[in-house]
Amino acid sequence: MKETSITQELYRPLSPARTAFSRGMTTIAFLLSGLALLPLLAILFEILRQGIPNLKWEVLTSLPAPVGMEGVPSGFANAIVGTVIMVGIASLISIPVGVLTAIYLAEFSKGSPIAHLIRFVVTVLSGVPSIVVGVFAYAVVVLTFKGFSAFAGGFALSVIMLPIVILATEEALKLVPTSLRLASSALGASRFQTVFRVTIATALPGITTGVLLAVARAAGETAPLLFTALFSQNWFEGLTSPTASLSVLIYNYASSAYAEQNTLAWTASLILVGIVLLVNIASRIVTSNRFKIR
Amino acid sequence: MQFSFHDSATDPSSPTASGMTPALRVKDLAFYYGSQKAIESVSMDIYQGQVTAIIGPSGCGKSTFLKALNRISELEGTVRVEGQVEFFGQNIYSRQVNLNRLRRQIGMVFQKPNPFPISIYDNVAYGVRVYSRPSRASLDETVESALKSAALWSEVKDNLNKSALGLSGGQQQRLCIARALAVKPKILLMDEPCSALDPIATMKIEELIDHLRQELTIAIVTHNMQQASRVSQYTAFFSTDESRIGQLIEFGSTAQIFMEASQPRTRDYVEGRFG
Repeated sequence: MKETSITQELYRPLSPARTAFSRGMTTIAFLLSGLALLPLLAILFEILRQGIPNLKWEVLTSLPAPVGMEGVPSGFANAIVGTVIMVGIASLISIPVGVLTAIYLAEFSKGSPIAHLIRFVVTVLSGVPSIVVGVFAYAVVVLTFKGFSAFAGGFALSVIMLPIVILATEEALKLVPTSLRLASSALGASRFQTVFRVTIATALPGITTGVLLAVARAAGETAPLLFTALFSQNWFEGLTSPTASLSVLIYNYASSAYAEQNTLAWTASLILVGIVLLVNIASRIVTSNRFKIR
Repeated sequence: MQFSFHDSATDPSSPTASGMTPALRVKDLAFYYGSQKAIESVSMDIYQGQVTAIIGPSGCGKSTFLKALNRISELEGTVRVEGQVEFFGQNIYSRQVNLNRLRRQIGMVFQKPNPFPISIYDNVAYGVRVYSRPSRASLDETVESALKSAALWSEVKDNLNKSALGLSGGQQQRLCIARALAVKPKILLMDEPCSALDPIATMKIEELIDHLRQELTIAIVTHNMQQASRVSQYTAFFSTDESRIGQLIEFGSTAQIFMEASQPRTRDYVEGRFG
């Protein structure tokens, strides 16, 4: 063993092998993180490059022009309206059901077998391919009511949203410290009062984030809408009529033979990504408030 | 629920040997977490208008005992209780007991300050709103008087709508005391209320405890023997042996426990020789 004086100990470098290994691993980690970012940046870049040139006010306000017509304003306002309406229907169904299910799981079930079963089913549901959800909604709603409709589309999207809302809400409720529940009970509040006045109020930012992420996910889904809402070239005609949506418009127009429809599909992609991004940013703002002191 | 003060064998309204009325009378209490026995054969009185300190080494069951007195431990897991705890003659472990009413009468302050993440005002008003829909004016009055009783009013009166989480640790603990006082409990249980606080905040809370004694009964668990001797009139010493089951070793006036304890273990503990 080499004799070293304690007075020099702190200045002695590590062995070259350890230094090289450390540097090498840092470099690899850095490069691979860059690689992981690449697809996202590439998608964003291409959508911006292809979508921006055609991004005019008229695409947001007019209907798709018939193919071959020149000088007529062409856009996809009906698809934006349709997406908003169907995601709205899906939210109306999935948020109350999902949040209340999560409250049962986190606050009232006390680890009962039924709760375990529900949690298992919800986890499986979150992994069901969206095309299967579309076929399911087709069988349940479209065949029953004999027609494609905005309502069927909203129903299919609600099935997509439900597990996301439940799992995120349950996580948010579990993060509420037990000490707050005890404090509420010690003041004579019943379990119901504790849950609704303290637990949910405290978990609200987390619940909101989960809900907004589910909304963003639903807004981007295509497969569930193909069999349910179908598509429409016209303005929204009611909950029982076929309805346009951004995602199906992109699906139809991107593979179209007409160049002007291809361009419209790129612009629609830009708008859809923009909507999803806005919803995500909104959820970030809500979450960051959790740690702020008013 | 009909309870009469005179139907139990021992009349709780009559003065005991020491001339005090027991607000809580514990009879041969044993407490289990699941199948694990945590405390056994505890019998003692907590006298009305007095401060009773519960001292003992870590793991002797003093917090468990305290949490058994308002049945708050039932929220933390499966528990089982043998024996009786009587609140002015009513067995709190009777099946007819309404837990919400029980906990309203027997409030609690926890080891770590746990204000709700809402405004100072709403924290104090919480317990009142749970029970009634008071007018704004009467609620304002309740909040003010609770904060004054907790010696916090002068520090927060201009910031009632600010978040309670912005207060210092000592202020938060006094807010928790104010919140407990606002529902006007008969008894206040305090589980090491000063263990997370600095000496100045601790001193304020000790002064507060002495003040509050005029209106309510206090039981306080503490690790700090000087604190027990400063704030309490009665002291219960809990300890445990190889069985790991907490037991009440000795109960008496604070002067008696600290100056002339009859049990050698109590003497060793209060003189700092173990624990």
